[in-house]
Amino acid sequence: MPTLFQKVWKAHAVRTLPSGQTQLFVGLHLVHEVTSPQAFDMLRQHGWKVAYPERTFATVDHIVPTSSLQRPFLDVTAEEMTAALERNCREQGIELYAPGAPGADRQGIVHVIGPELGLTQPGMTIACGDSHTSTHGALGAIAIGIGTSQVRDVLASQCLAMEPLKVRRIDINGRLRPGVYAKDVILTIIRRLGVNGGVGYAYEYGGSTVDAMTLDQRMTMCNMSIEGGARVGYVNPDETTFAYLKGRPFVPHGEAFDRAVAYWRSIASDAGANYDDRVVIDAATIEPTVTWGINPGQSVGISEPIADNADGEALTFMGFARGQKIAGTKIDVAFIGSCTNGRLSDIEEAARVVSGRRVAPHVKALVVPGSQAVSRAAEAKGLDQIFRTAGFEWRGAGCSMCLAMNPDRLEGRQVCASSSNRNFKGRQGSPNGRTLLMSPAMVAAAAIAGEVADVRQMLTPAQV
Amino acid sequence: MKITQMAGRALPLRGDDLDTDRIMPARFLRAVTFEGLEKHLFEDDRAADPSHPFNDRRYSGATVLVVNRNFGCGSSREHAPQGIARAGFDAIVGESFSEIFSGNSVMLGMPCFTAARGDVERLQTLVEQSPDTVVSCDVESGLITAGPLRIHASLPAAARDSFLSGQWNPTTMLLDDFDAVRQVAEKLPHISGF
Repeated sequence: MPTLFQKVWKAHAVRTLPSGQTQLFVGLHLVHEVTSPQAFDMLRQHGWKVAYPERTFATVDHIVPTSSLQRPFLDVTAEEMTAALERNCREQGIELYAPGAPGADRQGIVHVIGPELGLTQPGMTIACGDSHTSTHGALGAIAIGIGTSQVRDVLASQCLAMEPLKVRRIDINGRLRPGVYAKDVILTIIRRLGVNGGVGYAYEYGGSTVDAMTLDQRMTMCNMSIEGGARVGYVNPDETTFAYLKGRPFVPHGEAFDRAVAYWRSIASDAGANYDDRVVIDAATIEPTVTWGINPGQSVGISEPIADNADGEALTFMGFARGQKIAGTKIDVAFIGSCTNGRLSDIEEAARVVSGRRVAPHVKALVVPGSQAVSRAAEAKGLDQIFRTAGFEWRGAGCSMCLAMNPDRLEGRQVCASSSNRNFKGRQGSPNGRTLLMSPAMVAAAAIAGEVADVRQMLTPAQV
Repeated sequence: MKITQMAGRALPLRGDDLDTDRIMPARFLRAVTFEGLEKHLFEDDRAADPSHPFNDRRYSGATVLVVNRNFGCGSSREHAPQGIARAGFDAIVGESFSEIFSGNSVMLGMPCFTAARGDVERLQTLVEQSPDTVVSCDVESGLITAGPLRIHASLPAAARDSFLSGQWNPTTMLLDDFDAVRQVAEKLPHISGF
């Protein structure tokens, strides 16, 4: 009995290559400004055209300034890289969503806009030159992060040369406790299975906790699969998925939608599917979780002390000690955003905490919506005003301080409470900067308190 | 081009989970080419630690990089293996690699051999003690030799076969039978429009 992974793989398999790898057709190719220019150059050198421009979509996210999306960008390199992508897309007939051009209102982080526009659909193979491509698996797609040479391959042939992955089923069962979010679940999974525990696997998430999750929450989980070493993460499509997709711009309408739903149902893992491994996690054991170290597996529950066997290099870099609790750690910056947690519901959860409160005076706090559509939706609900009144900066859409390729970056040894996905040394732009990963609600709580705080103590009884 | 063997002096780089942000910090991705990336390999780590192996002249000219567990985890940026290859390395030996990193390295013709932790550590120690030791790597057998040391390493079967056949850069192969590609595409509901 096959899994979704096996069914989707089989449907997209073109042939077996002499190396034994599968030539795999890519149903959707997403392109951004940082990992594609060299690939387009390679195409030009060989005189190749993009094989399926109608299955290729591009946006700018990594380098765009979020303080002003006015073109030309003040950042000369950002302008140069955006202009290069514009030229490449024009030459090859690829639809591009970038500030200052037609379709600008669809610009945003590539992993936010794919699902939002309905480009991402169940049963597809999806490739993008970005490791967080796994995000799209939340809709029941097999979404694969690739490097630039593979971007070239997909542009030229719409195919990848790949070996199939094993499938690990991860069941999370039970109700999440108040103040505990999808971010806490995935941080817990990575902590338990290790940052390389998923190498060679696709992670299939299921169980009653995942069944009850919204698509935004499932995207947060699938997004960080790669932080656990799994190149692919996915959730089987269900009624929640179909309701999310209905009416989105690239989703079929009317009877075609009904036919699509029937197909999408058919590609879900069979009830008796065989998995290469299984893991079960009890949702009730998860509490708000924060990283203390320099990889996403190094985390603790908010009420827990850092373990006695914690890695010495990470402790020294971060300035923590074994046995210490993470609560009470003073922060300098609070960042809400990224392809992990930059969607409307993330911003809403954070706003519930922020509403009626003030950011601590010593904290620089910013909200960077994941896309222009998220930004508009949040503004329509007045959320921008809640954040601005509290002392947050309200920015334009992009990756921003998740990886600090734009002017938003840490300085010196600053500590950042961040809703992003990586706490690697130097990740947020300062070689000595320190990142504490947590849920957007926990970032909001830290911004208000000026230090890492338990968000559960800030939620009113009505909110929990 | 067939890739069968490589031999040269080595650079031992100890540490687990060395991510691609450490290998190539994101600010060096602000460019439309890969040119010059070799200058920025481990730039922040090197600045923080004067005794970092990449600062150590004893290893200059090394062509085999010896690393530990989960090397190249994190971002898919090909800028990381590009920087390593452009710095003159033509093979990496380690305990394990992230999938995207090792796949990217294959596309550059740079094999990532995996070996048992103890063997990798012995190799690192040997090179630290005798930096002039020539380390030889054989793609077909996976045998790595360095002075008196013989290590049985391996490559994923597909990577090994594609190096040996010279087809490690697959674009042309993927374009070989484009009719087959179109036939698969036409049968997919999300391509044909449901």
